[in-house]
Amino acid sequence: MSNLLSLRREWVLLAIIVAIALAVGARAPVFLSWRNGMDIANDSAILAILVMGQMLVLLTRGVDLSVASNLALTGMVCALAGRSFPEMGVVSLVALAIAVGTLLGAINGWLITRFSLPPIVVTLGTLSAYRGAIFVASNGAWISDQNIHPVIKGLPREQWLGLPALVWVAIVVVLAMAVFLRWRREGREIYALGGNLHAAAYVGIPVQRRLMLVYSLSGALAGLAGLLWVGRYSIAFTELASGYELTVIAACVIGGVSIGGGVGTVAGAALGVLFIGVVNGALPVIQVSPFWQQAIAGVVILVSVVLNAGAQGRSGRLILERREVPA
Amino acid sequence: MSTALLQLRGIHKRYGATHALRGVDLDLQRGEVLALIGENGAGKSTLVKILTGVVPPDEGEIALDGQMHRFAHAQASQAAGIVAVHQETVMFDELSVAENIFIGRHLQRGPFIDWPAMNAQAARVLEQIGARFGATALVKNLSLAERHLVEIARALSQRASVVILDEPTAALSQQEIRDFYGLVRKLRDQGVGVIFITHKFDEVFAVADRYLVLRDGASVGRGHIAEANEAELVRLMAGRAIEQIYPPIPNVPSEPGEVLMQVRNLSHPTEFADLSFNLRRGEILGFYGLVGSGRSEAMLALMGLNREASGEFEVEGRRYRPQSPGDAIAAGIAYVPEERQRQGGILSFSVQHNISLAGLSRFARGPWLSKLRESELCTRMTERLRIKAGSPDTPMSGLSGGNQQKMVIAKWLGLNPRIVILDEPTKGIDVGAKQAVYQLIAEMVSQGLAVILVSSELPEVMNLAHRVIVMRRGRQVAEFAHGSTDAEAVVAAASGIAAPVNLELVQRPAPAFRELAA
Repeated sequence: MSNLLSLRREWVLLAIIVAIALAVGARAPVFLSWRNGMDIANDSAILAILVMGQMLVLLTRGVDLSVASNLALTGMVCALAGRSFPEMGVVSLVALAIAVGTLLGAINGWLITRFSLPPIVVTLGTLSAYRGAIFVASNGAWISDQNIHPVIKGLPREQWLGLPALVWVAIVVVLAMAVFLRWRREGREIYALGGNLHAAAYVGIPVQRRLMLVYSLSGALAGLAGLLWVGRYSIAFTELASGYELTVIAACVIGGVSIGGGVGTVAGAALGVLFIGVVNGALPVIQVSPFWQQAIAGVVILVSVVLNAGAQGRSGRLILERREVPA
Repeated sequence: MSTALLQLRGIHKRYGATHALRGVDLDLQRGEVLALIGENGAGKSTLVKILTGVVPPDEGEIALDGQMHRFAHAQASQAAGIVAVHQETVMFDELSVAENIFIGRHLQRGPFIDWPAMNAQAARVLEQIGARFGATALVKNLSLAERHLVEIARALSQRASVVILDEPTAALSQQEIRDFYGLVRKLRDQGVGVIFITHKFDEVFAVADRYLVLRDGASVGRGHIAEANEAELVRLMAGRAIEQIYPPIPNVPSEPGEVLMQVRNLSHPTEFADLSFNLRRGEILGFYGLVGSGRSEAMLALMGLNREASGEFEVEGRRYRPQSPGDAIAAGIAYVPEERQRQGGILSFSVQHNISLAGLSRFARGPWLSKLRESELCTRMTERLRIKAGSPDTPMSGLSGGNQQKMVIAKWLGLNPRIVILDEPTKGIDVGAKQAVYQLIAEMVSQGLAVILVSSELPEVMNLAHRVIVMRRGRQVAEFAHGSTDAEAVVAAASGIAAPVNLELVQRPAPAFRELAA
């Protein structure tokens, strides 16, 4: 029954996205063009990668506020490495990005599990620390277009089978996450420990190890996103993607991933990403002043979260016996 | 004698100041049901936690099949073959029944989960125990009894050598309990060692082969059930004549009209329905029912903490519509919640700050709090309730369970309420502390307060309450006056054994309340 309910939720979200797209398309047909669609898809691809990591963390009743800083630091490290070692290939650059991202994520996980600290505090700390590290690594300088390694710049611009490489990467990440959460033991245990931490310890789920895994994965995806971001915008600097973690969390919440842990689906989170992509793409097209765009996007997010909360409205425990036979 | 399946020697466990287990010895053979009995707070739950690897023992030895073990975590104990069915269900609401059965040890094919095999195996186990729900149902849609079946299915599917059943029948109906006995016997015949923890003596005699009695954290008696009798077990559990624990309760003024609170048709869509009762000045009104019968939920409604509840209330003749606990406090109602550590007090606050917390405006001098008035109240309360705290600045976490409970009660008494609702006031505290709490209740009513005593400990309500209202599955199913009935009738009403209560039984003068927990 409630499976149906959550399924319906995702369909509703999809319907809203389609409705917005059609409405905007009616006013500005260019919005429905293939090119614009690909623009939105490209913009959403990096967000989708980050959302998959954030969703894992949210499922465990945690939060990773350091993703944007991780992204920027990893991006800077890759840009610096690319500048110093022009002979680096695509494989070694991707490996470097994932390794650095994983390390930064693992630091979060280690601090959280080793000292039993609240995730929000730890990742708030590393948010600043990682951001500061970028400044230290780059001496505050920008790495601009001409100094970005051609492989890094080239990767997001490639087209495979008619779709941008960025979109392909996002699709692979989303599918891998779906498989992980549905068909891997670790994935199921993440749902379990987010739903009932106390019980998870009783049934012998290695909670600490799972948390380490979750924060490391979130870091790894942030690292990958960092490399792609630097490539897509051809620039690396200290304030790169500053504040983007909030967009990531917003996409998760819109997609029905519960901040309270244990609830959320890959499909929902992916739709959350699409929703943000469509809204952000639509506002300039219908000539909303840039001053208003951010405010409107924020209101839309709040509305969808409120609707969400209404849909999840919990009722009391089921104690009353249904009386079949009149007494 | 052959080596026992499970052997415990000299198990000790301390929690801060509380010495929860003081040298417990236990032997369990293959194919045997051992009843582990003891009062609340005797250390049964701690022992289960140690056996399941949730907490480590401070001292002592655990031998399984003659091999020494030290369970560092729950998985180690499970891997060794010890499985527990817990009193509070250990469930994952958002996951399916099959997943809940196989959680922590999902069936896999290669690197991936083998859903078809897992669902099929789960369905087989569910059929074996006669469950009437599917393996793919979500646990959040199951009733309490059905959740217990899932837990039992979990234990069965693990082919454990030791199964611990921690009050597994508390929420089951009579038919479900009978089916459950069949399950226990089946386990035993398979050569499994079963540790059966229960409060109900009829269960002990129905399924157990041997017994072990715990009191105040130590094993005080053991033997074969065939050679035991109920009186003997009660004496071992309590360690003294039970009547002494309860203070004499002052009589309620017999003439009606002193109604303090009137509740009519207190209902909730899913939790309880049609509760109606009066509460008189100087009266102790007991609410008895099994865990999960909706008692606490109804009390929360009286405190304005249950939004969906409806009904009509009057306090001292005035209409009372609580929207928040503030309204309830203003109307002179105080509520001492069941989980004192989570709902009743702030562990890191000092005794003084905890006591003064409800209604800080009493100590206001202008915009500031008067430290003097605060400590005056604290001193008065610690003396009156004889709270043993090093100093008023000792944090709540440094107090023993009984003193924590007294402190929480002190907090509310400081508000001079007219009605006090006590929800399981003696849960998890030792006999001495219980006695002090009972004494306190008697004092409160002799001063003209009215007390609602919610409890799942039968002797408590039977000895203290002037009237007992029995709840079952969210409904008020019976009401007994003090001394008008015996324990069996109350238990029967609470568990729904004999739906229309035998009137003869109700009228018959009660024998002395010997049954500690029939």
